[in-house]
Amino acid sequence: MTTKVLAIDDSRTIRNLLRVSLEGAGFEFHSACDGQEGVEVFPDVDPDVVITDINMPKMDGFGVIDTLRSGPNRTTVPILVLTTESSDQLKARARQAGATGWIVKPFDDASLVSVLKRLTGHMG
Amino acid sequence: MSGNSIRDTFFEECEELLEALVEGLSQMEESTDDMEVINAVFRAVHSIKGGAGAFGLNRLVNFAHTFETVMDKVRDRELPVDEKLMSLFHRSGDKLSDLVAAERDETDLDPTAEEGVIKELEGYLGGSSQEEEFSFDAVTLDFGSEPVDLADVLPETAHRCFTIKFKPTKSLYENGHEPLLIFDALAEIGDLSVELDASALPEFDAFDPSDAVLKWTMTLNTAEPETTLHEVFEFVEGLCDLDISVDETAVPAPVQVVSPEETQDTPGTSDGTLPTGEDLERATSSPKAPAAAAAAKESRGPKPTLRVDLDRVDRLINTVGELIINQAMISQRIEELDLPTVAHLTNELEAYKLLARDIQEGVMAIRAQPVKPLFQRMSRIVREASDATNKKSKLVTVGDSTEVDKTVIERLADPLTHMIRNAVDHGLEKPEAREAAGKDPVGTIRLSAAHRSGSVFIEISDDGAGLNRPKILEKAIEKNLVAPDVELSDPEIDNLLFLPGFSTAGQVSNLSGRGVGMDVVKNAVQALGGRVSISSTQGKGTTFTIVLPLTLAVMDGFVISVADQTMVIPIASILETIRPNPKDIHLIGTDSEVVSVRGAYVPIVDVAESLNLANNSPCDGPGILLLVSTEMQGLTALRVSAIHDQRQVVIKSLESNYAAIPGVSAATILGDGKIALILDPEELIKLGHGSSMEMFGHQPRMELRHG
Repeated sequence: MTTKVLAIDDSRTIRNLLRVSLEGAGFEFHSACDGQEGVEVFPDVDPDVVITDINMPKMDGFGVIDTLRSGPNRTTVPILVLTTESSDQLKARARQAGATGWIVKPFDDASLVSVLKRLTGHMG
Repeated sequence: MSGNSIRDTFFEECEELLEALVEGLSQMEESTDDMEVINAVFRAVHSIKGGAGAFGLNRLVNFAHTFETVMDKVRDRELPVDEKLMSLFHRSGDKLSDLVAAERDETDLDPTAEEGVIKELEGYLGGSSQEEEFSFDAVTLDFGSEPVDLADVLPETAHRCFTIKFKPTKSLYENGHEPLLIFDALAEIGDLSVELDASALPEFDAFDPSDAVLKWTMTLNTAEPETTLHEVFEFVEGLCDLDISVDETAVPAPVQVVSPEETQDTPGTSDGTLPTGEDLERATSSPKAPAAAAAAKESRGPKPTLRVDLDRVDRLINTVGELIINQAMISQRIEELDLPTVAHLTNELEAYKLLARDIQEGVMAIRAQPVKPLFQRMSRIVREASDATNKKSKLVTVGDSTEVDKTVIERLADPLTHMIRNAVDHGLEKPEAREAAGKDPVGTIRLSAAHRSGSVFIEISDDGAGLNRPKILEKAIEKNLVAPDVELSDPEIDNLLFLPGFSTAGQVSNLSGRGVGMDVVKNAVQALGGRVSISSTQGKGTTFTIVLPLTLAVMDGFVISVADQTMVIPIASILETIRPNPKDIHLIGTDSEVVSVRGAYVPIVDVAESLNLANNSPCDGPGILLLVSTEMQGLTALRVSAIHDQRQVVIKSLESNYAAIPGVSAATILGDGKIALILDPEELIKLGHGSSMEMFGHQPRMELRHG
C-alpha cells in the first residue's frame, strides 16, 4: 500500500516541488493551500504523514498541529513542519505544539524522503 | 512536471506575491496596525524567500530574508511603522521585484543594486538580530555539557560501542513518534541490540493505554560518530529521557534481541498507546466527516482556477472568429436563395447568431484581466518620479478590477508609464509652489479605469497647474510645427503635445524627456485601436483619457459602400448618421464643403476622395454623412455612398497579411466571402482636405506611421 502524504503549504512552488519529489519516490500525494483547508481535508485524505508550512493565511502551521492533535478526533499521525528557519527556538516550539519533526527549506529529495521514512517507516 | 516548469510556476507565483505585497503595503499606508495586512505582507516576502531557496537563488533569498526579518519585527510590534519605514518598505518591495525579474530573465543586475536598501533594512535590526545569523543548515545540534569526544573524528573504521538509555514520555507518542522506527534508524548505522524494560507496566486494570510506561536500553556497535546518533534522536529530544554513553572497551553483548515484529505485540509500544477507542471513534465519525468537508469546500478559499497555455486560448479565439464569419456567410447564402419565408429557419439562424456571439464573448472573457497589477506597478513609477524631481505625490487608483484584454494590458504598460512620469514631472508643481497656490503640497495622480458603452476608458489625471498653453504654442512655432501666425483653439493647442518631436519641458529632464514624446504614446494607443485625448484646466490639472476597444479581435461596424467598394467603418467612432438635404450643404472656396447640422457648420470629408477612389465612380448624390468626432479637428462629416448593414466583423490585420494602407486600419471577411477594408476615420480626415490640417503642411506624422 502506498504511503499517503498530505502537504499543506500556501506556496504553489513548494507544493509542486513536494509533489514532484514525493510522487517520484512513490508516495501518494495530496495537498492543501492553507491551514484551514488542510485541516478540513485531513479526514478525507486520511494521510499517513502530514507536511505543513508554518506561515500560511487563515490558519498557520501551529494551528494545524494544534487542531490535529487536540479534540476527540486527535491523531498521532506524524506531522512534519516545513520551515526556512532552523533555530532551536522554532524546533522547541514545534515540538511543544506536537510536531513530529521538521524539514528545513530548501530541502533535497533524498533528505526529504529519508525523513519521511524515519517517521513513517515507509519508503513511499 | 519538469524542473523548468516548476521554475516557471515559481516566477508566476512571485508575480502574484509581489502584487499582494504592493497591495498590502498600500493598505499599510492607511492603517499600520492591521495584523492581517502585516501578516499578508510578511507571508508574501517569506514565500518568495522559500521558493527562491529551493532554486538556490541566494541573492534573492538574502534580500528577502533581511526584508522579512524587519517585517517580522513589525509583526511582533517591536518596531513602530512610521513614514520613513513605510517608504523603505516600498523601496524594498521594488528591489525585491527587480531581483525576481533579474533571476527570471537571467539578466545581470548590478551586484550592488540592493546593497543600499539592505543596509537601511539592517539599520532597523540592530546588533542583536544580526547575530541571529541566517542559515539554511538543517541541523544545529546541542551537545549540552558533553565535551566532543575526540573519537568522533576518528576514521570510520574505528567501531565503538554506545549504550543508549531511552525512556519516551507521553508526548513522544502524542507527537506521532514511533520508537520502533527509531530503532530501525539505529539498526541502519550499526549492530543494535534492544532491551525492553517493561517493569513499570501496571496491572491490567490500571493500564492506561495513553501512558508511556516502557523504557529501553540499547547497545549500538557502530563506526558512526556520536553526532549521527544524536541526529537520529533529533526529533524526539525533549520528549524522552535520553542518555548516550560510549564504552570503548565493552564487548557488545546483547542480552535480549528484540526484533521489531516482536515489540509490536508488546502492549505499551506506540501501537498500544493508540487507544483503540479512538480508532473506533474515528471510524464512526468518518462517514459524516467527508460530507462536512465537502460542504465546507464550497464556501471556502479562492475560486478554483485552471491554467491554460495562452496559445490555446488564442487558437480558440481565432476559430470562434471564423465561426462568426461562417455564420454571416450562411445567413447571407440563405438570403440569396430567396426561399419562401420560413419563420422557424429565420428564428434558428437568429439563435445561431446569438449563440456564436455568446461563445465569442465567453472566449474573450478568458483573455480579460483586471488592470490592477498594471495600476499597482504605476505606484512605483510615481514614487520614483517624485523622488527624481523632488516632488511629493501619491497615486490614487479607481476601478482597478476593470477587465481588459491581456494584450491590451501588456501593450499599455509602456505608454502608461510614460504618461505617469509626465504627470509627475510636468503636471505637478513643486511642493512649495503648491503650498503657495493653497494646495496640498502632496500632489495627487489619479489613475482610473472603467467600462463605458463597449469601450474601456482609462484616465490619467493630475491636480497640477494645468497645461501652459502660451508656452506650448510658442514651442510648436519654435519647432516649426505650426505657422507663426496660426490661430488655434485651446483644444487644438493641447493636441500639439501629440505631435512628433514635441517636448514641453524647458530642459529635458532625465525622467520623462527620453527623446520620446506623447506622439509615441498616441501611436501605441492607436495601434490598439484606441484614442487618447487631453483636457486641462488652468490651476486645476490635466487629464489624459485613453479610450480602448474591449477586444482586439472583433468590432461592431457599419458595412458601407464607397465608390462601388464595400467597406466597414467602426460604429464606435460614429456619433450620428445624416441623409443630408442638398440645401444644407454649402461650398466653401473651390472644393471644400460644409454641412449645416443644427446650426453648426461641419466640414465634409469625402471618403472616396481621401482614398483616391473618386475617379472610379464619382459620387452623384449627396450620399450619406457619418458624423465623427476627432481630436484634430473636432466634428467632421464623412461622406459615403450608402450604409448597407450593421454587423460584427472579425478584425484581420492588414499589416501582417498585406501592407499598411493610410486611412485603413484593418480588413475583415464579409458574409459573401469578400474581403472588406476597415476604415480609420481619424486617418481618413487627415488624408482628406480637413480645414485646419493645412497648418501641418509638412507633417512628418504620416511618414512616421508607415515608414
